[in-house]
Amino acid sequence: MESKTHINVRNLNVFYEEHQALKDITLDIPDKKITAIIGPSGCGKTTLLKSLNRLIDLTEGVKVSGSVFVDGENIFNPGVEVTHIRKKMGLLSQRPCPLPMSIFDNVAFGPRIHGIKDKKELQNIVEHYLKETSLWDDVKDRLHTSASKLSIGQQQRLCLSRCLAVEPEIILGDEPTSALDPQSSLRIENRFRVLKDNYTIVIVTHILRQAKRLADYIVLLYCGELIEHGPAQEFFENPKEKLTKEYISGVIS
Amino acid sequence: MGLRNIELRKLEEIIFKILMIVATVIITGSLAFIIVIIIVKGLPAMKLSMITQLPKGGFYIGKEGGILNAIAGSLMVAGGATLLSIIISIPVVLYINIYRKKRSRLANLTRFSFDVLWGVPSIVYGAFGFTVMLAFGIKASLLGGIIAIGFLELPIMSRAVDEVVRMVPSELKEATYSLGATKLETSYKVIVRQTFSGIVTATLIAFGRGIGDAAAVIFTAGYSDYIPDSLSQPAATLPLAIFFQMGTPFPEVQERAYASAFILTLIILVISITSRIIAVKITKHTIK
Repeated sequence: MESKTHINVRNLNVFYEEHQALKDITLDIPDKKITAIIGPSGCGKTTLLKSLNRLIDLTEGVKVSGSVFVDGENIFNPGVEVTHIRKKMGLLSQRPCPLPMSIFDNVAFGPRIHGIKDKKELQNIVEHYLKETSLWDDVKDRLHTSASKLSIGQQQRLCLSRCLAVEPEIILGDEPTSALDPQSSLRIENRFRVLKDNYTIVIVTHILRQAKRLADYIVLLYCGELIEHGPAQEFFENPKEKLTKEYISGVIS
Repeated sequence: MGLRNIELRKLEEIIFKILMIVATVIITGSLAFIIVIIIVKGLPAMKLSMITQLPKGGFYIGKEGGILNAIAGSLMVAGGATLLSIIISIPVVLYINIYRKKRSRLANLTRFSFDVLWGVPSIVYGAFGFTVMLAFGIKASLLGGIIAIGFLELPIMSRAVDEVVRMVPSELKEATYSLGATKLETSYKVIVRQTFSGIVTATLIAFGRGIGDAAAVIFTAGYSDYIPDSLSQPAATLPLAIFFQMGTPFPEVQERAYASAFILTLIILVISITSRIIAVKITKHTIK
């Protein structure tokens, strides 16, 4: 690959049965920056995000052509080890989805399946990553209670800790703050600002203001097509496409 | 017009409410009725010796003894059969829901077979089991009973487990996969845990159905006055014990049949209550 970034999308087409959800997308996602995928509902934002770690495979009746390179490896090649691809990419979903186990076990789940058995080490990992999302002080006295008892905001931070504990290089977020209250959203956004020093972050958002205040790089999709992408400042201040101008000014939504 | 309309709708509401109450009473009432009948009719024969002793000589014409052979035999047959059906149904359900797309042709074909197998009369399972046993040279035995009842329980168990596994939110699977978990890890570390109370319920429904069935064990498990001490020995079962005692002309033996029915009902009741308690304790982490 000529490009040196982590994730390169090349001529990606995704079909759901007869409907084409993504049309010939070619894109490089910049490293160690926050990229926001924006666009109206149903434009293929989530489809693009899920193509990056092949969660798209789970959808019924899906067909994919083209390629997504992660660290130079086309993840849609038949022989690719999916778990290894997914381990590189943490995912935050729209609604936080804790696993049906305790807070501790949620964070320890990833490290455990990837081979860490030592109790002390697991304890350190859990503590470290819960501190990383400033959840530690809230939960340190009830690590062994059920994760589903936490508030939604806390659950989303737990999910972030859980995903960081696998030591990914990339974090994917599918509208990760849309189910949260403003306070909790802010915490997650602030966390992303810190994390981008070490991780490549890609989020889907339908909130234009969030993209503006958070993202370094913007990708605009419309009806499955890539309309425009570029550094955030340039994108918002000096959009090249007519559709982008209309979208930014709220003519289309 | 408007007012009349409201009157009419109120009347409609009352009529349907009454119908629903009647239906509810029929269900709960029939359970109560069955329990009352077996208690009243079986009470005279209800002695401790019924559950602590094997049938002695002349038991079936009203002499001393109990039905410990059938209690133990039934628990062994239904226990073994339930184990067998868990071992087969859980992998099947996980395969069609996790490894295949849950609405794929194979998944639907498998679900269709559950439905057909569910409808197969239990005497056919008995005959099927008997044919297989003949082919392998197995005599009527505990093993034969376990296999026949196991196959009888299989579709019940599979369908009930399929129901709950299908309901697992896709976000939960996505969350697990995105941590780099394999399908197997996702299945047994997350899906089974998430659906555990459903699996327990399925197990108990299947067990209840298995322990109460007479037709499938007639040829396959045989009958014996002793408790089997190996898989190759014949085993008595409660439904057959009830059948044999009910068929005698002696009123005191018929009373014992009702007492046996009461014991069978009690076993199902105790097992269903304890498994529910266990399920509640274990599923405290379940994600709603």
